Amino acid sequence: MTTAMVEKYKAFHRLLNKTSRTLVDRRFRQQGQCARGGSAASGLDHRPDAVVEQRVSYLGCPKRGLWTSARASLPSLVDGGFARDYPMNRCRSFGSVAGEIQRSSKFATLNSDDVAHFKEILGERNVVQDERLEAANSDWMHKYVGSSRILLLPKSTDEVSRILKYCNSRCLAVVPQGGNTGLVGGSVPVFDEVIINMALMKQVISFDKISGILVCEAGCILEDLISFLDNQGFVMPLDLGAKGSCQIGGNVATNAGGLRLIRYGSLHGNVLGLEVVLANGDVLDMLGTLRKDNTGYDLKHLFIGSEGSLGIITKVSILTPPKLSSVNIAFLACQDYLSCQKLLLEAKRSLGEILSAFEFMDSVAMDVVLNNLDGVRNPLAPTAHNFYVLIETTGTEESYDKEKLEKFLVGSMESGLISDGVLAQDINQASAFWRLREGVPESLQRAGAVYKYDLSLPVEKMYDLVVEMRARLGESVKVVGYGHLGDGNLHLNISAPKYDDAILAQIEPFVYEWTSNHRGSISAEHGVGLMKANKIFYSKSPEAVQLMASIKKLVDPKTILNPYKVLPHSLMSYS
Amino acid sequence: MKIMVAVKRVIDYAVKIRVKADKSGVETQNVKMSMNPFCEIALEEALRIKEAGLASEVVAVTMGPKQSIDTLRTGLAMGADRGIHVEATGDLFPLAVAKLFKALVEIEKPGLIILGKQAIDNDCNQTGQMVAGLLGWPQGTFASKVVLDKEKQEVMVDREVDGGLETVCLNLPAVITTDLRLNQPRYATLPNIMKAKSKPVKKYTPEELNVAMKSDLEVVEVTEPPKRKAGVLVSSVDELIDKLKNEAHVI
Repeated sequence: MTTAMVEKYKAFHRLLNKTSRTLVDRRFRQQGQCARGGSAASGLDHRPDAVVEQRVSYLGCPKRGLWTSARASLPSLVDGGFARDYPMNRCRSFGSVAGEIQRSSKFATLNSDDVAHFKEILGERNVVQDERLEAANSDWMHKYVGSSRILLLPKSTDEVSRILKYCNSRCLAVVPQGGNTGLVGGSVPVFDEVIINMALMKQVISFDKISGILVCEAGCILEDLISFLDNQGFVMPLDLGAKGSCQIGGNVATNAGGLRLIRYGSLHGNVLGLEVVLANGDVLDMLGTLRKDNTGYDLKHLFIGSEGSLGIITKVSILTPPKLSSVNIAFLACQDYLSCQKLLLEAKRSLGEILSAFEFMDSVAMDVVLNNLDGVRNPLAPTAHNFYVLIETTGTEESYDKEKLEKFLVGSMESGLISDGVLAQDINQASAFWRLREGVPESLQRAGAVYKYDLSLPVEKMYDLVVEMRARLGESVKVVGYGHLGDGNLHLNISAPKYDDAILAQIEPFVYEWTSNHRGSISAEHGVGLMKANKIFYSKSPEAVQLMASIKKLVDPKTILNPYKVLPHSLMSYS
Repeated sequence: MKIMVAVKRVIDYAVKIRVKADKSGVETQNVKMSMNPFCEIALEEALRIKEAGLASEVVAVTMGPKQSIDTLRTGLAMGADRGIHVEATGDLFPLAVAKLFKALVEIEKPGLIILGKQAIDNDCNQTGQMVAGLLGWPQGTFASKVVLDKEKQEVMVDREVDGGLETVCLNLPAVITTDLRLNQPRYATLPNIMKAKSKPVKKYTPEELNVAMKSDLEVVEVTEPPKRKAGVLVSSVDELIDKLKNEAHVI
């Protein structure tokens, strides 16, 4: 590829699926409307609907007047020259649980002594309070904007430990931050939490060429690791659109999935060890490089996917698979969703060990891509097909793999599973096919307003939801279904000309309830963050969530790590 | 009218090239190989001419070791009717290829030969011109537009030259080499891949074609271009001038 093509490819790769804006959580419904923080442009005025939520009965929660009690609990803001007025109540332009979250009064406010102390630990340069704070305060989609007044850039585990020990003693809330590419508002402050960004901890500590075990610091950017491993003849076991910016620590903290999960499995299987700093500054060294180690409870799994709420990951030890030379891609068309499913089963059986990706997109998704991206063409034009499937194989023998793939494809065609298909003949064609599938999020963004949902559902039922949403929402919006069919992960996106509460009311909580009724997950790979913290009950039982809350309190008694996120507010003592 | 298209199996355009440790060439083991991009464009043009009804048959020709047959299969999957594989091991330089081509032309008697302007592995940009020279046929190289006139038995070729575009009119039979902007090659669809399996491929050896494979060229050494040196921060204008004068020798 030319450098220009690579850059272009990278640029839109940085755009990810958008996730949904959740409705105002009815449990926190307030009288009247919360004031917008100044951004009138969004037009997203959430007026809670009269829809009754059935699942929330076991959660008791006080209802409060929005402004009155907040003002009463307002701590002093003016201190040593840092007088900066910020809203006590989080009102986000796109609305979310947020309209009504209040800053917890138990967290201290930053003062000049704190800043001096941080400067003593990190040095002047790595304590940031200038305009760089703006970018760190806002998530990648500019949906969630915090008002932190300090950004810390530690260079070593020891510095992280000292920072956390201090914050814990002062009861200062913190937000661990990596590449800031998350889609659920988990990587940015809700209010004025101290941001601890891991970007300077980007050393590769060691790499064992025989076993493929990589040990690196948490701030290493995924793409850099992929390049490093490329020279050694290995690959990272995960690959996602945000690889140019996301950091491995963040990937582990969110248990990132991506395109190759079907081949290499999830991070729970590939991460061999972690070094984590706990809320009180204790360094938990679980940085094993052993493939097998059954001594006691395997604690690292708690931290994988904890989204920064149980500890800050500082080092990662990960098993990397060897880079295999023969990659083949086919772009196929199916008549109906049932064929897609059967194709998946057939692919797993016939392609077996060489299958490395199985993605699908429907015709609406294809139209959106063709209409909104430049330089793409439908390889199966001019016929319009209902479903498109992308299959990738990775193996060792070029000719053997190609033969296997061709045999599978020809067989599927003859049995009517696929109505048409193309096989990439070189790397450029392969990239073109990937561009079609990976360009869906970007094109949706260009097409206007989009409501995004990332759901795990049983494969047979996955598309039923899309069909039902189409029937429910009518002609005014485009309901797009695409995703990692091989993993049972649907990215349901609803594209509308502009944001409209009426549409949102039709979508939520129907989507969550539908998912819950089919025992699916309301967040397959994006995580819970701030966006779905109070929705966790759609996918997890109250007993399970209760145990999660107990563990959180055990490991982080002052709840300074990433507060307001992951677990429902009713179970956390934020007030 | 028959069209003959040359296709070459080269290291894929998107692969990062590594030079072998003994500097005798580039690493080709376990590296993805594909059809030369310019050859794809050449084949696409031939297929379009045939689909316009101006040609009866498209024959894809490749020369090289046993694995070159893969590239030929790709060509057949794109839509070529027949394949010819001249099996030859060892380095194939343009003059040898051109001589082999001449021998094939005498057997097949095509009305038009289309090649890519150059192969991305050696960037010679010689084979098309040599073929035309050996056959005494007119040539239109760096073609960005090709318009065939069957009645008048001539072809108008827009050539991309340094000064802009040059249009030449060639009498058939002729040799055309294709440039990047001529067309966008099609994908190999599954139905065509299936059909390709039954399309005939004829094998030849250089001995059968009476071409001596002695080469006048010998590759002495292959090295990487010098690595870009890191920049140096200078602390004053004087130091900059000093460096420009004494180290870089540019002033």
